[in-house]
Amino acid sequence: MEIHALRGVDFDLYPGEFIVLLGPSGSGKSTLLNILGGLDVPTRGEVIYRDHNLTAAQERELTRYRREHVGFVFQFYNLIPSLTALENVALVTEIARNPMKPEEALRLVGLGERMHHFPAQLSGGEQQRVAIARAIAKRPDVLLCDEPTGALDYATGKIVLEALERVNRELKTITVVITHNAAIAAMADRVIRISSGSIAGIERNETRAAPSELSW
Amino acid sequence: MTALQKMLFRDLAHMKGQVIAVSMVVACGVASYVSMRSTYRSLLLTQSDYYEAYRFADIFAHVKRAPDALAATIRQIPGVAGLETRITMEVTLDVPGLAEPATGLLVSIPEHRRPILNDLHIRRGEYPQPGRSDEVLASEAFAAANSLDVGSRIGAVINGRWKQLRISGIALSPEYIYEVRGGSILPDNKRFGVLWMPLPTLEAAFDMRGAFNDVALTLPRGTNPADVISKLDQLLAPYGSLGAYGRDEQISNRFISDEIAQNRVSSNVIPAIFLGVAAFLLHIVLTRLIQIQRKEIALLKAFGYSRVAIGAHYLKLSLLAVSGGIVLGVAGGLYFGSSLTQLYQQFYRFPVLRYEAGLGLVLTTVAITFAAAALGALMAVRSAMALPPAEAMRPESPALFNAGVLEHTGIMRLFSFSGRMIIRNLNRRRGKAALSVLGIATAAGLMVVGFYFYDAFEYGIRVEFEVAERADVTIYFHEAKSGGARFEVARLPGVLYAEPFRAVPVRLRFGRRSKRSAILAMKPGSQLRRIINEEMRPVRLPEEGILLTERLARDLGVSAGEALTVEVLEGKRPVRRIVVAGVTDELLGTSAYMSLEAIHRMMQEEGSVSGAWLAVDSAALPRLYSLLKRTPAVSAVAIRDAMLRTFRDIIAQSFTITTNILIVFACIISFGMVYNGARIALSERGNEMASLRVLGFTQGEVARILLGEQALLTAAAIPLGWLLGYGICAFLSLRLSTELYRIPLVVTRQVYLLSALVVIGSAVLSGVLVARRLRRLDLMAVLKTRE
Repeated sequence: MEIHALRGVDFDLYPGEFIVLLGPSGSGKSTLLNILGGLDVPTRGEVIYRDHNLTAAQERELTRYRREHVGFVFQFYNLIPSLTALENVALVTEIARNPMKPEEALRLVGLGERMHHFPAQLSGGEQQRVAIARAIAKRPDVLLCDEPTGALDYATGKIVLEALERVNRELKTITVVITHNAAIAAMADRVIRISSGSIAGIERNETRAAPSELSW
Repeated sequence: MTALQKMLFRDLAHMKGQVIAVSMVVACGVASYVSMRSTYRSLLLTQSDYYEAYRFADIFAHVKRAPDALAATIRQIPGVAGLETRITMEVTLDVPGLAEPATGLLVSIPEHRRPILNDLHIRRGEYPQPGRSDEVLASEAFAAANSLDVGSRIGAVINGRWKQLRISGIALSPEYIYEVRGGSILPDNKRFGVLWMPLPTLEAAFDMRGAFNDVALTLPRGTNPADVISKLDQLLAPYGSLGAYGRDEQISNRFISDEIAQNRVSSNVIPAIFLGVAAFLLHIVLTRLIQIQRKEIALLKAFGYSRVAIGAHYLKLSLLAVSGGIVLGVAGGLYFGSSLTQLYQQFYRFPVLRYEAGLGLVLTTVAITFAAAALGALMAVRSAMALPPAEAMRPESPALFNAGVLEHTGIMRLFSFSGRMIIRNLNRRRGKAALSVLGIATAAGLMVVGFYFYDAFEYGIRVEFEVAERADVTIYFHEAKSGGARFEVARLPGVLYAEPFRAVPVRLRFGRRSKRSAILAMKPGSQLRRIINEEMRPVRLPEEGILLTERLARDLGVSAGEALTVEVLEGKRPVRRIVVAGVTDELLGTSAYMSLEAIHRMMQEEGSVSGAWLAVDSAALPRLYSLLKRTPAVSAVAIRDAMLRTFRDIIAQSFTITTNILIVFACIISFGMVYNGARIALSERGNEMASLRVLGFTQGEVARILLGEQALLTAAAIPLGWLLGYGICAFLSLRLSTELYRIPLVVTRQVYLLSALVVIGSAVLSGVLVARRLRRLDLMAVLKTRE
């Protein structure tokens, strides 16, 4: 028996957009993120990134796609505990083609002061901002964030969202935030609602709300 | 099956790679213990049974000629239980199929009864028929080496007359279990053998009617042999006695007893290393398992399982994990043990070499191994027992790194990020890293030890037969000849150059200590025989005084410059005080050296010689050999090349097996260490590695970070392993050296290189296995899970 995690999903992402993928758990939004991020390929259908067709890409190609074009922010930050904040960022800039300076990336997320601390010495929000800095430091074309505020409290979550908003505004990186938190949808250019493996609707916000205006 | 039992087997199945690695190490330890212990026991038992059943004598003495009537007087010595007088003679043999002359030791046996002491075991054939003066019993080792059997004929020069002898039977004696010519340490069974002949034949042949030249005694259990020996010496002194001695100086007994003692040392050292490594491996594997299963442990506790039940669960797990290794190890140990015992049969001739392991040994082994496993598990199990249910439900707090001393030095800037990750990870768990290094170092060390014996003996042989003894042929006269003999020797066919020597049996005394020995005298600066010290440098023989080997000087408690008493045990038996001119550290035996002139002065004789060293044109060797085979004055001939070949064969035979086994063991240890280390690193840091893969790191880059740690540990372990190996060799060289020979401490550069290569090889193999698992890393799960 075949179970479809996603079916009939069809949409485009445009440069500079801030997208919120909204859906309850089990809706298939994680599968969608995996495919967008080059961690998985669909069994049927097509995934096209600019002029690359990722549909039938092999492991090696997917790795290159992730390395050159995608930035990831995880729900649980996934920093390397044995590296300082600065080193966590530098680790990625080392393998990137046209990276920004690690210090610059950290300053962009408001962590210029704490760059020599190890993850265990940072709060959850700070760790997540280091993760964002790590993701954007290589100037990716797509920034994928999987429940970036899922493990954070209200106040800290907002600071993280502000960091994401700023990155999107200043670097014009396509930013896709996956969440089940409907309140976040207000800060997106477009909101894609996923339900039971298919797109329930795509809405365009006339104006993007500032993270400080959000509440949940 | 209870739920906990199911969990037990599932955990075992899940960790099968690591369980196998631990089991293999355990198997090595168990196999080495079982094989060495069982061989040790078998040898010890066989030896004592044989001695008992065949009435091996307690005291031995050789004289020039003593009247039979003296036997009754000897019997009067308090403490003498049994006595047998004999005639023994060394003669030159012509063995069919052997180009070189061989040496036979003729030993008399009573004509109409079995020997009272040192009885013979007849393997095949029968005792010589009474009245047949040409029949002999041949020793099994000699017969086997020359493919002789019942009915074979050999030529012998007996008291100047050439005689054809017929082998009537093949025999073994407790006196010649290890059959070497006096003064040698390795057997040359082709060219030296014992032949037993009826007493009347030898009496007639050597004009010894009504006389004997050899006597053996037994003592009741518990008698002090020293008292009997000194009384016997007094009685025998007028008859040209070479000094009586006990079993401790009887050469065959010495060798076997030394060998047994050596087995005991190794059977304690080597298995302990393996079990130590196995315990450590279990410790790290179990610690990790318990870390992963924190939630399950808490859950079980929350359900009401007691601390003891939890502890017992993990303890059972560790005992089960080693049981496969025990079974394999016991089976392998019994197999190796019996083949090792078989191998001994080639060097030590017993009527039956009974291989006996015994249930007791197996049970002891199981107990020791379980104890080691329990010890390894102890710390981990205790932490599982102590885990409070609520605490365990929370994930383990993230690995804490902070800026320690290492960071402030700024040294980290020298390293790449992956380098920093590796160094910080190791630094955070210094204890574990140190133990890992020690474990891998053990493997490298074992390799060094494995090759060491081979190299040490090869070195010893090179020193003795290529550097010290350079004569192609050595001939020994029946008794000392006048100086003119040296010219006759020089005229033998093919002789390019000859140097005479004088060998005098003596007893050396210093203070209350004394030692039977022989003084070898030669010209200072002799070319064909040099005195070589352990560093392979020639030692100049002093013109005056006596030069002792270090061991002999130590036994006597004498040092250079002091005078010792020399009691000569032949001829007019002069007693002299001679100054110790020097001490040298020779590898073999307890020798004493003097210059020819000095010894002639001491003996008050004119240029007597006992034999000669010859440099011979190899083309003329066959003619020389056939002449020597029939030269009455010559009692023995030693041929360097032939001995060298034989000795090399022996060494190859005896060390190939142990060396190979140790190499395999070393591979298993280093594989086990690195594999387990890498598996645990993967388990602990799988999330980290998967995150890096998501961030775009390639499989190769991730593997390098993960395995770099193991590579660094391995790299650090190799030099330590060399040091450790050298240390063990030094210990073994000290402990295994005997009075008869010292094992030189020689470790060649090739051995170091080879041991490093083997360790690196097995590390790479385990790295490849773990790297394959990296390929199966679940990249999607990492986005959602939290370590």
